Amino acid sequence: MTAQEIFDNLQAKFGDRIIDLTENVDPWIRVKPEAIAEVCDYARNDGDLDFESLMCLSGVDYEDHMTVVYHLGSSSRKHKIALKVEVGRDEPKVPTVERVWRVANWHEREAYDMYGIVFEGHSDLRRILCPDDWEGYPLRKDYKVQEFYRGIKVEV
Amino acid sequence: MAETTDIPEGAIPEATVTVDHPGLPELGPLEDDSLDSDLMTLNMGPQHPSTHGVLRLELKTDGEIVSNVRPHIGYLHRCFEKHAESLTYQQVIPFTDRMDYLAAMNNNLAYCLAVEKILELKVPERVEYVRVIMCELNRIASHLVSFGTYGMDIGAFTPFLFAFREREDIFDLFEMACGARMLYNYIWVGGVSHDLPVGFIEKTRAFLDGFAAKMDEYNDLLSNNKIFIERTANVGVLPLEAAFSYNLTGPNLRGSGYKWDLRRDDPYSIYDRFEFDIPIGSGEMGQLGDCWDRYMVRIREMAESVKIIRQALDGLPDGDVHETVPRNVRPPKDTECYFRSETPRGEMGIYVISDGSNVPYRVKVKSPCFTAIAAMNDLCRGHYVADIIAVIGSIDIVLGEVDR
Repeated sequence: MTAQEIFDNLQAKFGDRIIDLTENVDPWIRVKPEAIAEVCDYARNDGDLDFESLMCLSGVDYEDHMTVVYHLGSSSRKHKIALKVEVGRDEPKVPTVERVWRVANWHEREAYDMYGIVFEGHSDLRRILCPDDWEGYPLRKDYKVQEFYRGIKVEV
Repeated sequence: MAETTDIPEGAIPEATVTVDHPGLPELGPLEDDSLDSDLMTLNMGPQHPSTHGVLRLELKTDGEIVSNVRPHIGYLHRCFEKHAESLTYQQVIPFTDRMDYLAAMNNNLAYCLAVEKILELKVPERVEYVRVIMCELNRIASHLVSFGTYGMDIGAFTPFLFAFREREDIFDLFEMACGARMLYNYIWVGGVSHDLPVGFIEKTRAFLDGFAAKMDEYNDLLSNNKIFIERTANVGVLPLEAAFSYNLTGPNLRGSGYKWDLRRDDPYSIYDRFEFDIPIGSGEMGQLGDCWDRYMVRIREMAESVKIIRQALDGLPDGDVHETVPRNVRPPKDTECYFRSETPRGEMGIYVISDGSNVPYRVKVKSPCFTAIAAMNDLCRGHYVADIIAVIGSIDIVLGEVDR
């Protein structure tokens, strides 16, 4: 399926909760944050879409807002698409898709660790790459590294 | 001593043992419910020879049976993604070498193809061929390490020495081409750093000619070894459903019997021009998707890589490898792409966002090993502690890539 067909399929099902389709080198579909778990569940189980794998989940900081990007892929249909949800920078919250694809558990932990995006309903939302008591979210564009970590000077 | 003489001859004295340990409770009759059958926590790693790097596993064991595995990663976290946001596109390439340091060429290629995709840059034919030759050689070298260390994990030391012998030959070839043996910075955006040196093609052909016989040695030594099969067959079975849910890719997915290889199914570079098979697991020695299947997929893939390199050497055209190397990489504003390529460990995804400057706005790497470790709990549950080693070796992880 082309990106346009995927978009039409999703829009027929979810109406205005699917915002728009952007054509780029790789096209993406914007989805309202509260609908993302449902949309992903549908995209995985619908016979025509059949996105059986979540290839990648990334956070992006655009300075005025944050984005979570879901790259979905289907090996049986040989198509792929990116879904994007946009959230505010203060208290960003997105429903978890952990129950749709298990791998999302770790990807979401990484997005939480690096951007502070909270995935609501996640079973084990802890830092994954940084130490548990690290301060701040390193991949935010305005991140300032802490001066000391447990009495050790942090060299930048 | 004197008292013992008082015992009359022939009489056996009654045992008169008085237990008097002050401070200890008196021994009572042993009751069943006094035996504690709680789970035990066992810590494995981070400095453990069988975890292939600095991985820490927290095991909950019931006797010797593992009931839960909780992996802890991040010991090798070097902030690759943060670094990438302050370096130019070309300067990021050496950092990609250091992610999966056993297959640096394949990492270079994944990143460069992603950048070329948003630049819409077409590279000369010769560059494409050289890249394929290097990447497939590196795939063999990487699978050799996987094979050798897996044998060592299971308790066979000799295969490791055999594997590293051939790996050195491949490193000699890389050293000829670019001067480095492990971290190459060879594949550049728009080209490669050096053209193939004089004698490279002949030396590569000589290596390939001898390699088939070496593969027989590997199979004799390890693949068909009774002890090895006992340790790996029916262990760590990965059902296809779980493989998709955890997005396991590459040899781990193919080990579960699913024919999916990006080089054929979503071809990039010039892989669609070559004839090669895609080996998959079939449950020959036990269940489909067990450790032996995953292991054997890698062994057979080496033979396929040999086929690809031969075809690439035959078709290698002339040309200038620096012709399309851009002096300044500035992709158009607000373009982005997610590019995935088949590295020896599975699908490596590179997500690049450009803001129109010569520095990437965001680079995200989806590492195939990251998702493989995420699946550890489901793979290991119900196995013996010793089998955990077999499972870790069979999913072939490189922690440098997991933690980035």
